[in-house]
Parts: sequence; C-alpha cells; structure tokens
Amino acid sequence: MLEDLLLILFAAAAVAGAVLMLLLRHPMRVALALIATMISLGGIYGLLGVHVIAVFQIMIYVGAVMVFMVYAIMLLDVRDPSFTERYSRLLWPGVAACTVLAGVLVGAAWQGKIPLFKGPGDSFGVQPFSAAFLNDYWLYFELTSVLLVVAVLAAVAVVQLRSTRRG
Amino acid sequence: MDKTQFLLWVSLVLFSIGLVGLIVRRNLLVMLMCMELMLNGVNLSLVTFAQRGGSVEGAVMVFLIFIVAASEIAIAIPIVLLLVRHRLTLDAGAYTDLKG
Repeated sequence: MLEDLLLILFAAAAVAGAVLMLLLRHPMRVALALIATMISLGGIYGLLGVHVIAVFQIMIYVGAVMVFMVYAIMLLDVRDPSFTERYSRLLWPGVAACTVLAGVLVGAAWQGKIPLFKGPGDSFGVQPFSAAFLNDYWLYFELTSVLLVVAVLAAVAVVQLRSTRRG
Repeated sequence: MDKTQFLLWVSLVLFSIGLVGLIVRRNLLVMLMCMELMLNGVNLSLVTFAQRGGSVEGAVMVFLIFIVAASEIAIAIPIVLLLVRHRLTLDAGAYTDLKG
C-alpha cells in the first residue's frame, strides 16, 4: 500500500518536472526540473526492485550527464532571443502534431494493443544482471567501451577544430 | 489500475512532453535536455517490461542506453559550444542556414 502510494508520488513528481521543463524560461531551471524528473524516475526504479538501474540512473544521468549539462549552461550564459521568447514559430504545429501522436498512443494503450505479457514479475539484483552482462552480452559490453573512446576522441576533435579555426 | 499499465502511461507522457519540448523550445541546450527526457521515458517503459517479464534483457538494454546517452551528451555539448562561439547565440532559429 505504501509502495503504491510512493510509486504514484514519484510518478507525479516526474510528470510535474517534465511539465515544468516546458514552462520554465531559464535553462538552469529547466536543468533542475529535469534533474528532479530523473531522481523521481530513480525512485520508481528502486520501488520496482531494479536497484541496479536505479543506481545507474542517479550515478550516470544525474551525476555525470546533468552535471555536464549544468556546467555547459553556466559556461554559456547567453542572453539572446531564445531567453526572452521561450517558444519557436513551431509552437502550435508542434503541439498539434504531438497531440495527435499522443492520441494514437493513448488509443493503442486503451485498446490493449500494447502487449502486456504476464510474467512472474520477479525483480532482479546485481548478480543476475552482471552474470547476463559478462556471459551473454560481453561483446556489447566491450563495444560500449569502444563507443565511449570514440565519443571522447570526437569531442577532442571538435575542440581542436575550434582552436585551429580561431588560430 | 495495473502497475505496469500505470508506468507505461507515465513513460508515454514523459516521451510526449519531451517531443513537444524538442519541437517548440528555442534554446539549444533546452532542446538537448528534452531529448534526454525522451530517452528517460523510453528507459522507464523498458524497465517496466523487463520487471514485468522477470527478464534481464530490458535492464541490459537500459544500461546500453545510458552509455549512448552519456556519449551523445559528450559530443553534443562541444558541438553546441562550437556553434555558440561561431554565432554567439543559443537560439535554434539562428542556425536555419544549416538546413540542407
């Protein structure tokens, strides 16, 4: 009972943070709203019993990605038209198209076209997750390290492009 | 309401709000953050399905999405920095000449 209540609370906090992301003006406040959404999602993952993903959500998303984003926002405090006017010309077409998309998705969910397979619903801890990673998915695990190295090299290449153009 | 269904609704709402934000907001950094919100919505649905089915595959997929999101932001922010150095604005409307 308490678990359901907490789940609803975390879900409401996540959706409220997402709505605030649409409404707030300053990028830093948008980033804080997104961080609130991510922490609430971490709470939902913890309540579902998927503690591995909850820890990764907080550590990787909030701890790495959003800190990097906040750092970039502090670096780029540009007061330009995007600061005074929040929305682009595409406001009403965008809202209309997304309403249609959400309608289609809601219709599909309402008619039960989204498959909800009935499983045992066991939650899994660190051990099965790690075993699956190192036995079945070791190639993908190694490929992620290659991807991260390529991303770092690409970031360095972008920075060098900037410095050569300036000099 | 079923818990799985409820969480799927939440992930649908998060994804839709992220898509609306990506289209309607003007600030490049805010658009990037809305993309992150869409990824979070997808992650929530994957975790919900994985937990419902009692299988690890969904969680493995979510972990790979975390890695992709981290490398995406590591490349996207230097690109945004480069654009801002070039034209001194974060307004996406100022870069319409990047269209093909």
